[in-house]
Amino acid sequence: MSTAVLVLVWLALTAYALLAGADFGAGTWDLLAGSSERGRPRRRLIEHVIGPVWEANHVWLIFVLVLLWTCFPTVFAALASTLWVPLTLAALGIIARGSAFAFRKAVGTLAQQRAFGAAFALSSVLTPFFLGTAAGAVAAGAVPAGLAGADPIRSWTSALPLLTGVLAVLACGYLAATYLCGDADRQGADAEWFRWRSVVTGVATGAVSLAGLPVVAHSAPALYDGLTGRGLPLVAGSVAAGMLSLLLVLTRRYLLARLAAGLAVAALLWGWALAQYPHLLPGVDVGSSAAPASTLSATLVASAIGLLLLVPSMAWLFRLFQQP
Amino acid sequence: MVWASSQIAPRSQMGLSLGWHIVIACLGVGLPALVVYVEWRGIRTGDPVYRLLARRWARALGVLFAVGAVSGTILSIEMGVLWAGLMERYGSVIGLPFTIEGFAFFIEAIFLGIYLYGWDRLPPRTHLLTGLPIIVAGVLSAFFVVTANAWMNSPQGFTERDGKVVATSPWQAMFNRATWPETTHLLLAAFMVTAFVVASVYAVAMLRGREDAYHRVGLRVPLTLGAIAAPLQVVVGDWAARYVAAEQPVKLAAMEGLASGGTHVPLSVGGWFTGGRLVGAVHIPDGLSLLARLDPGGYVAGLDSVPPDLRPPVALVHLSFDAMVGLGLGLLALGGWFGWAWWRRRALPRSRWFLRAVAVSGVAAVVAMECGWIVTEVGRQPWVVYGLLRTVDAVNPSPGLAAGLPVLGIVYVLLTVVLVAVLRWMTRGTPVPAAPQEADPDTYKVV
Repeated sequence: MSTAVLVLVWLALTAYALLAGADFGAGTWDLLAGSSERGRPRRRLIEHVIGPVWEANHVWLIFVLVLLWTCFPTVFAALASTLWVPLTLAALGIIARGSAFAFRKAVGTLAQQRAFGAAFALSSVLTPFFLGTAAGAVAAGAVPAGLAGADPIRSWTSALPLLTGVLAVLACGYLAATYLCGDADRQGADAEWFRWRSVVTGVATGAVSLAGLPVVAHSAPALYDGLTGRGLPLVAGSVAAGMLSLLLVLTRRYLLARLAAGLAVAALLWGWALAQYPHLLPGVDVGSSAAPASTLSATLVASAIGLLLLVPSMAWLFRLFQQP
Repeated sequence: MVWASSQIAPRSQMGLSLGWHIVIACLGVGLPALVVYVEWRGIRTGDPVYRLLARRWARALGVLFAVGAVSGTILSIEMGVLWAGLMERYGSVIGLPFTIEGFAFFIEAIFLGIYLYGWDRLPPRTHLLTGLPIIVAGVLSAFFVVTANAWMNSPQGFTERDGKVVATSPWQAMFNRATWPETTHLLLAAFMVTAFVVASVYAVAMLRGREDAYHRVGLRVPLTLGAIAAPLQVVVGDWAARYVAAEQPVKLAAMEGLASGGTHVPLSVGGWFTGGRLVGAVHIPDGLSLLARLDPGGYVAGLDSVPPDLRPPVALVHLSFDAMVGLGLGLLALGGWFGWAWWRRRALPRSRWFLRAVAVSGVAAVVAMECGWIVTEVGRQPWVVYGLLRTVDAVNPSPGLAAGLPVLGIVYVLLTVVLVAVLRWMTRGTPVPAAPQEADPDTYKVV
């Protein structure tokens, strides 16, 4: 049952990466969309696409946190107490981002809109970065068991976490650009601007991931063994899906490109999980750190009922607002 | 150790985050009901006043919800970052309500998205129906989160050995003895905060001369909700206090500034607790024994029933309790005044003092609600889990945590300023038409 819950956590994390990740990436493109004049149609497209679905997407992160603290409380406490700096900074980014987006449309002058827009976009870059460093710290085994077992700064500022932070930003940008091509195309807007950026960030993401392998080999040899052993099919699958999505974007098959891009990111996440399983933290594995069985089963049952209500509602939301 | 100065910052940070979030969360629970009600009236009667109110309130709801969602996310992260000690030990016991609340909130967010963006895209009756899940999910969300807080006051549903939880009954933990008094008390508070805050907006407008049908309905509808909730809240509050008397006698002693226990204990209204005793209070003979035990000779424990290091900060708890009750009774009276005038003449009270009272009732309701939270949270000290885990042992021991408070403080100040500015801009940027009943509500865009 503890593995089942972990699978659930990872599914929620994947959903967060693919959905909210695209939201963050869209924010990055918003930042880089150009001057107010040229950038306006791009910003309007981004706003139109994010608007209805934004609030729903970010709840996946809360799920990850809540599932962890319910079912792996000691692991959660170790993570949160050691990595409080990147988590707090990511949280600040989330506040700034959410409020700025909500407020931007409600304010009048161009200067105010630009201020909000900048806050929104900047936090869209920072939050994935800091969440990425937190993930990297876990992957590097830099978070010991127990409360605040490692330095609150050094634990996430070594090579691997910084690399995964950059990787997170690039992956979000890549997902967003790929999604936005399709949306732009459907709206009859200019997809070219997003198309080239999808290709560039896709290549950059792939390059950084591959360049990361020697870093992993050096900092976290056990994880490296896992990635090149058990996790290899998923890692290779991620690379393949990434290349496929680039091809699909280049040939303007945007819907398939979106699926391939999502697969590439998801495969990377699951490859990491598979490589590290069953070790969560140094010396801590899934079985020994899990909550009592009654908590696990109650969580699984509640989640099943919740998903049964949630998935159709979410499908309706997406369907209603994918149409122009 | 009772009190660690190194922990003042993270504990204050949590208090700030909770205190800020709860105002928005209350509005998030109560406002959807008001919006759906006026939308329904608008569909039924076709009256442009109701239809315009629904649109304008919905737009405000969208902004508030987005901001409340982020402040709630911050809280989830702070539960780990600041309270790692609590979550490490008891996360498996109280995690379930948060899981359920997560789903409830998610569904609420989805339907709010459908509701707001579908306003002019869905058929009117379908659109109205999409508002109902928002209300249900919002109420359930609040209910489940409060069960976790109730558990902190009445920890049940688990077995511990050597400081480690070895077995849990999550359902029993959620439905503990404090659950029903606390949840009903907060839900009614949420509706009261919403009702009086919204009504106060229209009272201010009416004091400034806008006394058309639009503003009268805008005041009357939420005030009716407040007038219904207030007497219910007095009954529930009494029930909650009796729970506290039975299960957390030291908290009650702090609420009343009762230094020594006894029988025939008077109710102490007002006064300031200093030097170990209550000074300057008005004492109502047998009052506390009657309220707490339903018996004028009933025994009520005093602060001296526990050693000094197990007593909460009394002055603050007593002041907050009396403020909450005083303001709550004031709101009850205000609701009664309105109800009386409506019953007699089907009109609002004629006195300008009525409008002035409603104009400040919004702030009063918020202050009362925050005071209530101070009573229950500060009154539980030094425990974070009553009788089991002290607050000082639950805070994240990582160095440098204090840096979070000034940063978050600035963020919340900015957020408040911007939120208020945006809401005001929204009302003034698209002002209510001079003759609202002749305007076309459809021209007011919800998003």
